[in-house]
Formats: sequence, structure tokens, C-alpha cells
Amino acid sequence: MNVLICVKRVPLTGGKIVLTEDEQAISTRHLGFTISPHEECGVEEAVRLIEAGGGSSTVLTLGPPEAEEQLRDMMAIGVDRAVHLVTDGGEWDPQATAAAIVDVIRSEGERYDLILFGNESADAGNFQVAIRVAHALGLPCVTGVKGLSVDGGSVRLEQEVAGGRDVYVVPMPAVVTVKEGLNLPRYPSVPGRLRAKRKPLATSTPARPDPRLEMVRLVLPPGSGKQAEVLGHGAEAAPAVVGVLRELGLL
Amino acid sequence: MAATAESSQQLPASQRVVIIGAGIVGNSLAYHLTRLGQTEITLLDKGPLPNPGGSTGHASNFIFPVDHSKEMTFLTLESMRQYKELGVFTRSGGIEIARTEERLQEFTRRMASAQSWGIEPVSLLTPDEVKGLVPFIDETLILGGFYTPGAGVVDSLRAATIMRERAAEAGLTVSANTEVLGIDVAGGSVQRVRTTRGEIDAERVVICCGAWSPRLARMAGATIPLTPMVHQMIDIGPVPRFANAKGMIEHPIVRDMDTNMYERQEGTGLEIGSYAHRPITLDPDDIPSIEEAALTPTELPFTQKDFDPQMEIALELMPEIVGDESVGVKYAINGVLSVTLDGMPLIGESAQVRGLWSAAAIWIKEGPGAGKTVAELMVRGESEIDVFESNVARAYPCQRTAAHIKARASEGFNKMYGIVHPAEQWESDRGVRRSPFYERERALGAFCFEAVGWERPQWYESNAHLLEEYGDRVTRREAEWESRWWSPIINAEHLAMRDRAAMVDLTAFAVFDITGPGALDAVQRVAMRQMDVTIGRVVYTPILTPGGGFKADLTIMRLDDDVFRVVTGGAYGMSDLKWFADRLPDDGSAQLHDQTSSWCTLGLWGPRARDILGSVTHDDISHEGFPFARCRTIEVGALSVLASRISYVGDLGWELYVPIEQGARLWDIIAEAGAPYGVLPAGIGVYGTTGRLEKCYRAYGMELEGDFNVVEAGMAWGRVKDEHFIGKEAHVRHREEEPAATMCTLTVDDHTSSSGVKRYMLGNEPVLTRAGAPITDRKGRRSYVTSAGAGPSIGKHILMSYLPPEHAVLGEQLAVEYMGERYPVTVEVVGSTPIFDPENTRVRA
Repeated sequence: MNVLICVKRVPLTGGKIVLTEDEQAISTRHLGFTISPHEECGVEEAVRLIEAGGGSSTVLTLGPPEAEEQLRDMMAIGVDRAVHLVTDGGEWDPQATAAAIVDVIRSEGERYDLILFGNESADAGNFQVAIRVAHALGLPCVTGVKGLSVDGGSVRLEQEVAGGRDVYVVPMPAVVTVKEGLNLPRYPSVPGRLRAKRKPLATSTPARPDPRLEMVRLVLPPGSGKQAEVLGHGAEAAPAVVGVLRELGLL
Repeated sequence: MAATAESSQQLPASQRVVIIGAGIVGNSLAYHLTRLGQTEITLLDKGPLPNPGGSTGHASNFIFPVDHSKEMTFLTLESMRQYKELGVFTRSGGIEIARTEERLQEFTRRMASAQSWGIEPVSLLTPDEVKGLVPFIDETLILGGFYTPGAGVVDSLRAATIMRERAAEAGLTVSANTEVLGIDVAGGSVQRVRTTRGEIDAERVVICCGAWSPRLARMAGATIPLTPMVHQMIDIGPVPRFANAKGMIEHPIVRDMDTNMYERQEGTGLEIGSYAHRPITLDPDDIPSIEEAALTPTELPFTQKDFDPQMEIALELMPEIVGDESVGVKYAINGVLSVTLDGMPLIGESAQVRGLWSAAAIWIKEGPGAGKTVAELMVRGESEIDVFESNVARAYPCQRTAAHIKARASEGFNKMYGIVHPAEQWESDRGVRRSPFYERERALGAFCFEAVGWERPQWYESNAHLLEEYGDRVTRREAEWESRWWSPIINAEHLAMRDRAAMVDLTAFAVFDITGPGALDAVQRVAMRQMDVTIGRVVYTPILTPGGGFKADLTIMRLDDDVFRVVTGGAYGMSDLKWFADRLPDDGSAQLHDQTSSWCTLGLWGPRARDILGSVTHDDISHEGFPFARCRTIEVGALSVLASRISYVGDLGWELYVPIEQGARLWDIIAEAGAPYGVLPAGIGVYGTTGRLEKCYRAYGMELEGDFNVVEAGMAWGRVKDEHFIGKEAHVRHREEEPAATMCTLTVDDHTSSSGVKRYMLGNEPVLTRAGAPITDRKGRRSYVTSAGAGPSIGKHILMSYLPPEHAVLGEQLAVEYMGERYPVTVEVVGSTPIFDPENTRVRA
């Protein structure tokens, strides 16, 4: 089978988030880059499916030239090939992003049995691209998936809902958005890293349509960043710790 | 009582010492200051404890003790001693592996350095022996190993914590999460530290901030000349072979020297680090804040592309582990570390702001030793380990610029594991300081070495014709290593100087005047020899530490009742200047004026020197009219020249000083006047090595350093002056006791190696008994070659070494180990009598 996993290059945040002066983006002066944890699970799932059943996996991104780094990272995990839709670094809205992805899928002859996405991107969080792609291609789409198994021409999907899981069985080809917890992604091995350098990566430069969704500005929620409160030292800190545990409902 | 300032508590209003930075250095310094009885000390860090987020928190923490630098080795050995005492050292052994023949040769040098500095045992290993110790290595890729069984790994954060806790018990105030906002300076002295938690008035402020140090120094208007640089490392695991590993480390650390990499087991993982990637420097302001950093501020995002080649190399070397598909890359960072202009740390009080101290560019392996050393310097004014090469005051202003530091740090980075020749020259940012003779020198084909920014001719290609003239008297060097950065022309220039005369560019001297009514007292207090001399005397004098060790040796001219001109070597000129400046009388009765960039110096020496100078001056320069050790202003052509009749090469002549803009004219006058007498330009190869060694003249930083005293150096001639001087009590004591070692001059009896090639030592080699046993004096100091070089006039290779009394005997037959072989040597001189012209008839002609 052929599996496509779509990912997005996003800043690897860990500390206090700082915005650029125009409030249009996160300042990445001190930051590395990654993909969202949902997407990491999608990549791991794609690799496992191919390892188990044969076929080929492809990772796709729409992003700046530097996003090649994320494509190589994913190929280091075991994805076979990559498609890079190179942008000038500006953010594309979900409609434009979905259209560009659809163009690729069509141009490749709609050969994918499974098209995976993260449930949402780590930065913009529009929750739209996968659904728009499914709609354009006329494919079934299940979102928020935390369990996935392929059985012949169909795929069984478990969607997390309050109080339990909804289970769907849909025919392939299908579009699926996955969530963190679907699996435990592996670390790349050194040989994997080195192989990734030589794996095929196709690039193209789609034209950016006029955006229909425009971001006005970013605003930091209050209280973001690392927050640590020293509760005390030694035994005298114990009552405060108990208080916190109570507050969290753990006692 | 432990004093830990919580955020609710006030910082002390005033302190004797404020230490900024609670990494391995700051904590160690705090601990050692309290051990020396110091009180009223506060330790600040902007980060949390125990890991405030600097390099101590992510460093790889392994220690290989053997280094060619004695100072670095001694700091490391002292640090290891402390780590062991703190219970945080795990001995794993360490193996440096060779992939090239050149590296195998380098290992024989490391064996020699280990012996010189007293590190045993060490051994050379075959590839199979390496495999025996590191079973997961592909031994077919390597030619051999250098094994240090005593190498190991430390827990530096734990060490820092223990030392901080001990210091807190002795009264140290600790304040974490306290960022320094400013350091106030008034009248050239530090006043207070302003922090996010209030201000502290401070007598002394010590910057122990690693890669951030330049930023802190800038707050006080000073410079700490280092740059943050990236060192990449990754952790892979879990490794099946290490599944049952109990401790932090069980396998020897491997340093893959020829690829600038290391591999070490850590728990169930393998850490791979590299100094091979492109040099990546940062501005200290580019280090993220603790809040903004994804990990800690000094663990920057990994740049995979830079590391790709290193992964291939590690995979090849340790295929079983690195090639295992189940072993993942779990952690990868661009770690930040500190690199300086010359690879040495930055220790001591700033030359720019009184009371502002630096303890920076110190790595884990030197941390506790450096902390102890800085504490001793602060309390006693000298330290057990002489750190003159690390003195932060050593840098001239042109060496402190960001551009210069970046250039040199970048050049030095990839040499971290390099095979660095003792005379190796920098390539970047050259030509900053040029003497007025420079254009003439270039035209003569000068091969320049750099000395603290100056371009200084080492020899002149224009003298190549002398090789024919002197034929077999000029020794050729067959081996590539010792002919590197060397030319036989040096020896030919030497012989021509002895026969005729030579001109030597000495503009790199540091020159400063001490003036004012208190000038005599000021120099008298610092100099060992009598300075109350007649005007026009030149005094060569040791400058001593309080303990009677060497701080410097230099000459002082008395130019007037209250004007003294100090002339010292360029290399440590700024350190010497600071030493004098710090000891001027408090009442302002004497001032120091730096004249380094005002005067150029041309040395003229040789039997025809008087004829040459006499042909261009009407002044009386006869021996009677201008005796040795005198200085006087004379007219040379149209120039007014300060002439000083001294010599470091053992021949008749003068140092001629003129204002720098008149230097070219002086050169032309002497060159023209000298032509009929066969004058030639000679380089520092003659001045610094061959000329001085034949005369057994000592050099600061080689023979003379804090570890040795005047009596041991054989320089305790004359009576001790009545006036007080720094180090006097110790010096008097040294005169009364039998020296533990005496400076001796040796010559090599046979240079022939086992392969029949003649080899020539370059310095720092261990001096052994003929049977091959190391020689140690009663103070525990090993005998090693302090200087080595040709003696063309005596036709022998000359070595200098301190020897204990039982070996400091004329004619004593000893051996020197060089490149893995032992060569027979003989003691030619005990003490300071010259080998060449022992009666000094030439100098006093």
C-alpha cells in the first residue's frame, strides 16, 4: 500500500514564547524546528504500516526551503520519500494549503491508499487542511484518531470521544487525522539518519493563491512560559506539597 | 550557619566579594575563598540551582589529564584531586586513538609530556590492545592508541553543589534566580553590583559566567576576551551491550583524535561529541534567556547538517553500537562553550577595572583547580599553580576586540585535538601591529612569526647566501617535525652576528615609564635588584612574587632622578605593566605611562657593532665612554637615539630606541653604515633562541616562572639590597636553604635516532637518568627541558633544565626522551655561567 503523511515545520518551543515585532509570528531567533507531536505519530504509523505490509510511504510538507530538515528527519525515521512544496516562508491559509496538497495527490495519480495528517498543526491550529483535502478528493475522512488498523481494503479507526471511543471502518483510500497517543514514535537511528540524506526528495514551487483567511496578529495568553514555584525546602515543604496534590484531586 | 537568600530575604547591602555565576567555577571559587578564611561573600546566579543553565550543566564531564601545556596540566591535575576528594570522580580510563602515522608520532610526544608533568601510568597501545579495552571498536581503522588509565568522568553539578554547601556552612550567601543588571564603576574601581533583587556594594566582583562573561564585563566597561562557540554532541541509546551498565561509566572514553571527535559510554547510552564541524561562534547576547530557551540557554538547537559527517565517522568506528538500527538518537544539542584568543583560560583581575576579576573560559577539567587558583590570587596575590599564561591581563587592546577573538577562536576550534607544533603560527587576523622596520624586513624576505599581534622576523631569506659561507657549521635538520617553523638560516645569521654584526627588530618590547617623586620607591619596591643607581644605569632584575617565585625578569633604565623606563618582553608585557601599576604608591607620587606604541627598538650586536655605530655618531661610544649596562641619548645621523648597552645575545652592542615614526630612518642609517662591515638583519630565531642559549640566559615563561626561585635559577648573584622589595623575605630564605633544583645547561651527545635520522629536541621533553628513570626534586618537581635550541658557535644542541643537587653536577650524564627514543645528554653548566664566552669578554669589549 501507499501511505502519505503530511507535516508542517513549526518552531520547537519549550520556554517562554516571544513574538516578532509585527506580532505576525513567533520569534525563532533562539529556536529549533520540529513538527507537531500528532504528526510524529502519523509518521510512525506510516512507517509501521509499510514495515508490516509493504508498499511505500511518502512525507509531504508545504513550507520554506528549510523545511527540508523536517522531511529528512522523517525519512530518518523510515519514510521512503519526500515531497516538498517550497514556499517563501509566508503562512498559507488552510484552503490554499489543501489545494496545493490535492494538486500533488492528483498529479501523482491519486495512488495513496491512506492519507494521514496530524489532527491539527502545532502553530496555526486551523483543523481544516485534512478535511478540505478529503472533500476535494471525495474521500472519507475520520479525525482525531488514536487507533488504526488496516484490514484488506478498509481501515479500522478509533476516534477518541468523551467517555470512550467511536470506531469507524472505512474503505480506502481514506483521509485520517491522528492524535498523539496513537503510538510511541521511535528515535531515528544513526544509520537511518545517514540513509535519509540519500532518499529521494521531490520539490516544486506552487503559486500561492490570494489568501482568504488573514491573520490579524498573534497575542500571547497571560501566564505563558515556564512557571515554577518553590514550595519550600526539606520536610517543611511537605504540607504545601499535600495541598497541591489535593488541589489536583490526586488525594 | 548556612545562608541561602530566598526571594523574600534581602541581599546583603555590602560584601567583600560578589561572585557572579554558580557553575563549577563560581562554586569552587566561593568554596576556596571560605577555606582561606574569607567572609562576606555572596554568590549570585540568574538561573536556578543546582543547574543554572550554563555549560557546567551540559558538559561531557570527562577528563584526560595529559596536555602539552604545563599550566593546563597542573590545573587539571589539581581539579582531579579535588573531584576525587569530593567523591564525584569515576575512573574509566581514556584512550586517544591514532588513524595516521603523524598521530602515532604525536603520541610519543604525549608520552613525553606525561613524563615531564609526572602523570603515570600512560602507555601506547596496539590496535588489538585498544580492541581489548573497547571491544566495540573497529580496530582495523586505527594504528594505535595512547592510554591514560587515570582518565575519568566527573559529576560537575554535584561537585559544584557540594562546594557551595560547604561554603554556605562557612558563611557564604547564595542567591539564585538573581540576574545582574549592572556593575557600577567609579574612579576605575568596581563599586557595586545591581541585580533584580537589589544592589550590593562590593569591593571585588568576580565574573564566573562562562560564555556570558563578556556581557557581564561589558557592564563594567571591561572586556573578557572570549567567544561562545558551539560544540555538537549527541546521545544515542539504549545500547544493548550496555544494558547492564551499573554506573555512569564502565568503558574507557575514546578520543578519535584525527577526526576531532570523542565517544564515551554513559549509562546505557553512547555520547558522541565533535570539534570537527565548522566553527560556529555566537555573540554572548545571542544566548537565549533561561525563560526563552527550549532546553537550557547553553543547549542550543542542533544543526544536523553540521554533524552528518561525524555520524558517518562514528558509525564506521563503532559499527556494532552506532550502526544498530534499534539504537536511537535521543538527544542532540549544539552545546555552548567558551573559547579564547589563544586557547588558554582568562584568570585574574581585569587590567581595565580594579576589583573586577575574571574566572572564565575554564572547562570542567580545570574548574576546581582554577577556582582554588583564583581564590589564592585574590587572597595572597600569588597562587600555588602559576597561571601566567592564563592571566586575563595578558591581552593587548588589539587582542581583545570581538573580531580578533572570533578569528582566533574559529581558527583554534578545529585544532582542539590537533597536532600543534610548539612554534605553530596563527594564520588569521595577522599583521595588526607592524614595526616601522616592517617594509624593509619584507623586502629582505623576512619570515615573520607573530608576537602579541606584532609581525616579527624569525629569519630572513635574504641571508640564505650565508648557508654557503658557513657550510657544515650550520646544522641542517633532517626530520620534518623539527624543521617545521624553522630554517637553517637562523643558525647562519647567528654565526654572521658572532663574526660581524646583526640588526634585530625588538619593537615588540613592552615599554613603560614610572615617573614622579615617588618613582624610585615604586620601582625599588617591585624590583629585586638595587634601583637607586646613577642616572644612565640599566638594571636587569627579577621581579618576584611574595613567595619569591618569578613574576618577570626585565630591564629598567634610570633616565632621570624620577624617571625609570621599564622594558620587558612583549608576550607578558601587559601582565608586567599591570603588576607595576597595581603597586604604585597610593598617594599618587608616581605614575605609569605606557610607551609601548611610542618607541621602536633596533638591536645592534656583534664584534663590529661599535665600528658601525661609531661611523654614524660623534658621541663617545668607547668602552670607557659608554660602559656596559649604561644608557644614554646619542645622536645617530640626524636622529636623537636612546642607546642602551646591554645584550641578550652575548655580543657587544646596543639596543637603540627612537620614536616609532623615526624607526625607518634609524634602520636605513644603521643598514647603510653597517654595509661595509657586513652587517645583516637577524631574526628572533637568533635573539630568542640561539644567541641567548649559548649565553645560558634565562627566559621568562620558560626557565623563569612562579614555580622556581632566584637561587634555583642561579641568579642570586650580589648581596640582597637593604631596601624592601616584594618577595624579599622569601628570597632571603631561599638563599639560606639548599636549592631543591638548580638551573643547568646541557648539551646533546648524540642526536642519532634508531632509524639513523638526527633528531633535535624543541623543549618540554623529560630529562631522565641514563637508565631512563624520571628525575624528581625534593619539591616533587620533574626535571624537563625548559628551552632547547641550537648553539651554532659551540656546534652543539643546547638544553636547559632544572636538576636536583644529585644530578646538578658538571659532566653528569643524563638522557632526554624525544619522540619515543632516549638521547644521551651531558650537563655542561651548573648555574648561570655561559657556555659561549664564559668570561663575557665580548659583551664587555
